[in-house]
Amino acid sequence: MDNAQLKEVVTRLVPDATFEENKQFLMVTVAPDQLHDLLKNLKENPGTRFDYLYCITGVDLQPNLQMVYHLESTVLGHHIVLKTATSDREKPVLDSVTDLYKGAELNENEIFDLFGIVFRGHPNLRRMFMPDDWNGFPLRKDYVDEINIIDLS
Amino acid sequence: MGPQHPSTHGVLRLLVSLQGEIVQRLEPHLGYIHRGIERMCEKNTYAQIIHLTDRMDYLSAHMNNEAVCLAVETALEVEVPERVKYIRTIMSELQRLDSHQLWWSSMGMDLGALTTFFYGLRDREYILDIFEETCGGRLLLSYNCPGGVMYDLHPNFQKKVKEFIKYFRKRLPEYDQLLTGNVIFQNRTKGIGILTKEEAINFGVSGPSGRGSGLSCDIRKKSPYSAYPYVQFNEMLEYGCDSLSRYKVRIAEMWESMNIIEQLIDNIPEGPFTAKMKPVIKLPAGEYYQRVETSRGELGVYIISDGNKIPYRVHFRSPNFSNLHALDYMSRGVKIADLVAIGASLDFVIPDIDR
Repeated sequence: MDNAQLKEVVTRLVPDATFEENKQFLMVTVAPDQLHDLLKNLKENPGTRFDYLYCITGVDLQPNLQMVYHLESTVLGHHIVLKTATSDREKPVLDSVTDLYKGAELNENEIFDLFGIVFRGHPNLRRMFMPDDWNGFPLRKDYVDEINIIDLS
Repeated sequence: MGPQHPSTHGVLRLLVSLQGEIVQRLEPHLGYIHRGIERMCEKNTYAQIIHLTDRMDYLSAHMNNEAVCLAVETALEVEVPERVKYIRTIMSELQRLDSHQLWWSSMGMDLGALTTFFYGLRDREYILDIFEETCGGRLLLSYNCPGGVMYDLHPNFQKKVKEFIKYFRKRLPEYDQLLTGNVIFQNRTKGIGILTKEEAINFGVSGPSGRGSGLSCDIRKKSPYSAYPYVQFNEMLEYGCDSLSRYKVRIAEMWESMNIIEQLIDNIPEGPFTAKMKPVIKLPAGEYYQRVETSRGELGVYIISDGNKIPYRVHFRSPNFSNLHALDYMSRGVKIADLVAIGASLDFVIPDIDR
């Protein structure tokens, strides 16, 4: 499927999704509560079959915390990028996609560790790299650590 | 198990639940070599980032560098000279050979065959000498820079590479004789660590580990970069889904890498070794994704730029991180000694997992 057709499919599933396009990907932004259902549909729909979630990224957009999912279909060969964001920095909660893609489990752990986003439905959410009693989330833009981070700029 | 267990090839700690000698479940605990490379990238310029990526998967240092360079070049729409493409591809394939040699050495050693380590490292030395002559470094090359490579090839480069290929074509069958055909080795790997194709996709397993499950996931074929469009090569697939299949894929890839180098080495075009770049690199605002095939699988570099000379956010999709997650699924119900064999067949480099 090309980007125009993908756009059509996504619009049918989520009417208020917003689209962006660059040279590589079609990027879709949806509300946090729509993401899980959309992913499930895109994975199971025989026309799209996005079965390979190859990159999960957290981004601190200040004030929003954004999640970016890069998807590919190993059968049909097309790509799509899904994005969702939450503005709650104190207690950000998003839906986990581990039930759809097992590979997401460690990635979501990593994002919980470094961005503090809690994933609803994650089987084993824990700090991945930092010690269990660490304060703060190091990849957030407003994170300050005067002892361990030497700021050269 | 770990973080100082010799078979984990670094500081990987696995929390293994056992019943007797049988693995029930397994949980990786990471962070022993977490350096915060993604955070450091947000503070450094694009030219500086490249040198950080060496330290992720140190056995694919050149490919990691190349990934960032390609991302920057695509963003700036810079067309690199043909010579650069050839040099990069030859270097990548040499690096793949070097990495697979070390993997073969340590895989034998994990299963109790110490000889392989001497054989593998003996042959690897030739490649490291070639690297040293041209790049200055043996392990961490830092040979790429945005727009090209740092310096031109050493005058001896072509001669040395050809000598090495000739030498290694004789030595590689020895690897088969020594380990592949060994009965103990076969018994230890055949039917152990089954990962079906569906599960491999689900876990995001890529590289030789994925191809051992019959999953066609070679980025060199799927979205060719540098000089890969110019060469003929096969994607190596095995359908056994077990440790032995993953082993066979890597051995076959060594043959294939030599084929690729031979096709390119005589045809390196003359010309500049770097494109003209501005001294300060600023990417246009937007996001860029670049995938390359490293020795262990698919590396993705995801750069978000806000137009400044430093990136807003950089994320590395590391192949080992995804492969590691499949270890739990693959090792349930096997003996603890087989867990070591499965780990060896996945070929972990821990700094790439932790970043």
